Amino acid sequence: MSLEYILTMIANNWPMFLRGAGMTLFVSIIGTIVGAIIGLLAGVIRTIPVPENKSKRIFLKLVNLILSIYIEFFRGTPMIVQAMVIFYGSALAFGIDMNVTVAALVIVSINTGAYMAEIVRGGVISIDRGQFEAAQAIGMNHMQTMLNVVLPQVIRNILPATGNQFIINIKDTSVLNVIGVTELYFQTKTVAGISFKYFEPFFVACVLYFVMTFSVTLILRYFERKLDGPENYSMTGTKAL
Amino acid sequence: MEKVIDIQHLSKSYGSHEVLKDIDFSVKKGEVVCIIGSSGSGKSTLLRCINLLEKPSGGQIIYHGENILDHKHDIHAYRTKLGMVFQQFNLFNNHNVLSNCVVGQVKVLKRSKEEAETVAKKFLKVVGMDQYVNAKSKQLSGGQKQRVAIARALSMEPDVMLFDEPTSALDPEMVGEVLKVMKELAETGLTMLIVTHEMEFAREVSDRVVFMDKGVIVEDGSPEQIFNNPTHERTKAFLKRTIK
Ligand SMILES: Nc1ncnc2c1ncn2[C@@H]1O[C@H](COP(=O)(O)OP(=O)(O)OP(=O)(O)O)[C@@H](O)[C@H]1O
Ligand SMILES: [Mg+2]
Repeated sequence: MSLEYILTMIANNWPMFLRGAGMTLFVSIIGTIVGAIIGLLAGVIRTIPVPENKSKRIFLKLVNLILSIYIEFFRGTPMIVQAMVIFYGSALAFGIDMNVTVAALVIVSINTGAYMAEIVRGGVISIDRGQFEAAQAIGMNHMQTMLNVVLPQVIRNILPATGNQFIINIKDTSVLNVIGVTELYFQTKTVAGISFKYFEPFFVACVLYFVMTFSVTLILRYFERKLDGPENYSMTGTKAL
Repeated sequence: MEKVIDIQHLSKSYGSHEVLKDIDFSVKKGEVVCIIGSSGSGKSTLLRCINLLEKPSGGQIIYHGENILDHKHDIHAYRTKLGMVFQQFNLFNNHNVLSNCVVGQVKVLKRSKEEAETVAKKFLKVVGMDQYVNAKSKQLSGGQKQRVAIARALSMEPDVMLFDEPTSALDPEMVGEVLKVMKELAETGLTMLIVTHEMEFAREVSDRVVFMDKGVIVEDGSPEQIFNNPTHERTKAFLKRTIK
């Protein structure tokens, strides 16, 4: 290996690396956001208190069952296998030729959703009962309680776990090369395949992955501090004597 | 005087444990009623049944001539008419002082933000917390939190205020500031139902005192009657234990 070789390789192939890193970021950002939304919805549904009305109760049970199956299935199987099943399965079952990028977004989103649903449920459970009771006591219904009191606190609390999921997604989208998504790993493999040199291109990919994940860590930390607001408050009006 | 809340034959069980037994009890408009009694006698449960944080097992709660326990009733609208103050304050952690008092008005009562803020500031002034509008819950002392919690409940302009041991979680030096606010509220003619272990306070502010024991109301009368001439043995024993 020579530094010179790495530099010329980058000079010759940088658009490939850049497009690959771009695709990796795109799929993991959208996948994390959509997955977080799925997770929030699923987590909120799974914490609805048992209704008094019998038919509503049965309906809620059914929805919860479906959500449990979804969560357990996607948490319990590897994403690389899910990618194959969904991509080739959709062609086989419905005759649709799924666009690989769309397939990538779908797979990462529902996969992240399954993890986030559990994270959100844990987040909701960890909120003090007094917060729910105080909201109910001023007349809020379940939806208002969730939107105005509980979820803002849950979102703050699960931000580190969401960031973690984001970082996992940046790394794990590499498995999507099996269905031909042109993400960073796929592009690196292509570059390596042309020159029959493997170490140098993958070393570059390694650095790029780390730059992406570490930037996400830093951005999220900044975000968390921002959400927490200032340590001090300012008094208003004249101070009482 | 018009009854704001009229409770008839109310009962509550957890499994086989009967916590409230056939409670008959009412609060009239403008009345200040203190509920006293030993730990575990069902005082909190009674208060929580009144605003339906607990579901009563039997009986009726009549509010403006209607039984709110029949299923047609909108319990959310009913709850806006009862202000609740908790032992543990329960200020919304994601809201500052002002917005704790605003969010319910805007989201539940559908008031405009401007109107809600005006109302909130008025009541924050009543409890002496108007200078702290920007503070978060974790930046306040216990006494300050409880005063904000009182302002939050008042901001909904309820018909009756329920207090569940509002000073029991406070350090001794902060009890006074909260009781002072409550005393001032009582003097304005607000209808108040207060569970408390502060006997001096109960004697001073109440129009009526209710003594509960083991899930039943043992005695219900004026403060003089309960504190000076209790008729029941259980009341006498309780007072002897609590007032030195
Ligand atoms: N969720 C519950 N499940 C089972 N039992 C309960 C529950 N909540 C209260 N109890 C029981 O009901 C009884 C009355 O409790 P409650 O909290 O109303 O008493 P209290 O008079 O408010 O007492 P304290 O002065 O200690 O606050 C107690 O024996 C308690 O153990
Ligand atoms: Mg209690």
